[in-house]
Amino acid sequence: MAFGPFLLLALMEGMVSAAVLALTAVGLSLVFGVMRVVNVAHGAFFMLGAVTAWYVAKAVPGPAVAGFLAALVVAPLLVAALATLADRLVLRRLHYDPEATIVATIGLLYIVEQAALSLFGPDARPVEAPFTWRLQLPWFGYSGYKIFVVLAAAVILLGVYGFLTRTKAGLVMRATQVDRQTAQAFGIDVDRVYAGVFALGAALAAVAAVLVVPISQAHYKMGADPLLLSFIVVIIGGLGSIRGTLWAALIIGLGDGVISMFFSPTLAKIIATLLVAMVLVFRPQGLFGAKA
Amino acid sequence: MLQNHKLKPTVPRKAPNNSGDEIMVTKDFTAKAPSRRSVLQGMGAGLLASTALPAVAWAQGAPIKLGFQLHATGIGASYGRWYQRTADAAVKVINEGGGIGGRTVELIYEDDATDPARGAEVVDKFVNQHGCEVVLGTLFSHVVIGSAPRAGELRVPYLVCSEGYHVASGMLNRWTLQPGITDVRSQIASMAPWVAANLGKKVAMIFPDFAFGHDHRDFFTAAMTALGGEVVAQIAVPPTETSFTRYFPQIPADTEVLYHVMVGPGVLTFVKELGEFYGTAAKPKMFGFIDSLEAVDIASPGLEFLEGTHFWEAHNRMKPADAGEHEAAYRAAVGVDDKGASVSDPADVATYSHMFSAWETLFAIKAGMEACDYTGPADRQKFVEAMEAMSEMPYGIARPQGAKRFNGKTHQAFGTQNISQVQGGKLVRVHQTSMEDGAYPDQVDYTTQAF
Repeated sequence: MAFGPFLLLALMEGMVSAAVLALTAVGLSLVFGVMRVVNVAHGAFFMLGAVTAWYVAKAVPGPAVAGFLAALVVAPLLVAALATLADRLVLRRLHYDPEATIVATIGLLYIVEQAALSLFGPDARPVEAPFTWRLQLPWFGYSGYKIFVVLAAAVILLGVYGFLTRTKAGLVMRATQVDRQTAQAFGIDVDRVYAGVFALGAALAAVAAVLVVPISQAHYKMGADPLLLSFIVVIIGGLGSIRGTLWAALIIGLGDGVISMFFSPTLAKIIATLLVAMVLVFRPQGLFGAKA
Repeated sequence: MLQNHKLKPTVPRKAPNNSGDEIMVTKDFTAKAPSRRSVLQGMGAGLLASTALPAVAWAQGAPIKLGFQLHATGIGASYGRWYQRTADAAVKVINEGGGIGGRTVELIYEDDATDPARGAEVVDKFVNQHGCEVVLGTLFSHVVIGSAPRAGELRVPYLVCSEGYHVASGMLNRWTLQPGITDVRSQIASMAPWVAANLGKKVAMIFPDFAFGHDHRDFFTAAMTALGGEVVAQIAVPPTETSFTRYFPQIPADTEVLYHVMVGPGVLTFVKELGEFYGTAAKPKMFGFIDSLEAVDIASPGLEFLEGTHFWEAHNRMKPADAGEHEAAYRAAVGVDDKGASVSDPADVATYSHMFSAWETLFAIKAGMEACDYTGPADRQKFVEAMEAMSEMPYGIARPQGAKRFNGKTHQAFGTQNISQVQGGKLVRVHQTSMEDGAYPDQVDYTTQAF
């Protein structure tokens, strides 16, 4: 394949990775930014979103698009409900202590993953894409659904950005992020904010998974890669900075697409990890993070 | 139920089964009918066992325990599900036909998570914890390579179903045998001439990046070169990969044939993305190993582009019109319909081209144990020697995939292969190779090695 089309395909694949990654990582970044909780179970929430999508798509009769749309609503709600429950039953009781919550979310990861293995099974299961339109370029064909994923992720991220910057709930969240005690002094119910943020973070992971599941199938181990990449993105972008997370997702996603295609997927992971190390050494607050 | 099971040794061989037909399994084997003594002992042990005294497992007449290393989880999970069903069905037939040497067979499954390190631990568990006589059933080649050394150390026969060339290459040890499935080297030797003659000689290969895929890469490239063809690209993909589009631009534009073989949970994504990549544009002819589609419904949306392409199949998933006389009985026993899906769930497609090896390996164990009058772990060496003495393995219910020839020196069985074409959304056999097509010179003589 000539260089031009090769690069175009690499960039298109990279945009899909970046879009899914941005959604997942923004969820992780929100939870860390507001709650100071390193949520190791974030990948498990992602997987749970995909598994739920499979069940919903199977249960809803009619065309594939009906099942997909239902999954897009049901999966984030269900995963958010589970996250709220985890917040009430586990994180709150640990007083959001950073070390304790890391261990607790590792436990949560195992519980969710093993539950999926027991109930959903060890197989990868497909969910039909809502439409089968294919873009035929002179050099290669491309799934129209993948282009839809990029657009849908952009719309959802705009929505999240609007929610955080233009609504009262968003203001309350940002206030809690800046200073928990002052927020409490102003009458903000911090416990409720925490529960809401944890649910929102999990729901974003679930939405990303519903979008990706018609491309890559649902599998009980599918959360590992998104978790690792989300951590990479959040560290590079600056812990807790939404804008930084978005930029980092774009850099890592596109870089992954291009390097994977021109060299190898392993090299892409090596470079991303090296980038994390460099950021931690030379700019520990991340590319866009405020100095601590 | 348990009581019936334990008392089964008293059933004479060649007894009618439930349907009243004589069970065919007894015909191929040379073993003597159980002696009166063993029958009485079996009854005694059965009675004791039925009164909740399982400690009699050592007694002759107690069930023969076989350890089945199962890919229940991990990248081999869809194979594991069907291997278990197939092995259970084979053991049912064997027990209904009088068991092995008059003793019932009991399968013990352990999940190896399709992981080499866990595989070796599982071999240990079978021998030291469950008291199994032999270990069998492993498919994924990296698990075989990880487990075989431990089987050798424990001096336990290890009968694998993996297709990999590692058995016949001499890489493993005298305790490891592969009597139930032809190896990749032989499969390729028998089919490469057909590919070169019918599809093209400029081939790009896509294969999983571990031992099994490397066998494909090495032997197909060598075979094609010998035939005057050329492999223009070798594209290795990690078996845990979930996204494949990024690999396809490496396929050169002047490729005549795309040779694809893929394994793992991502196989459906692999073929779907391949279809998206080529779309309606001109594409090379395709020759795939059915591994790329095992446990996947060929009628899945997005796979329409496979129409007209060819696949290797060891055992035709869709029952051919001229299928052998035992095909129907085998499918019924395992619970597979004529399209190759579960009789209880049409969406649950079998790993049909591989799972017969679990069945055939169990019948080979029966033949080997009966040939050496196997009584217990002390006879393990005698069992391996009895297996090495086997050669012709005729077609029958014991070998539903087809007749095989076992090479005692290389510990490898050789059989026939099929090439199918997708016609009207169905896999239709268009060519069958002969056993001679897949022959290659011996690389090892395990019989000269010490136990």
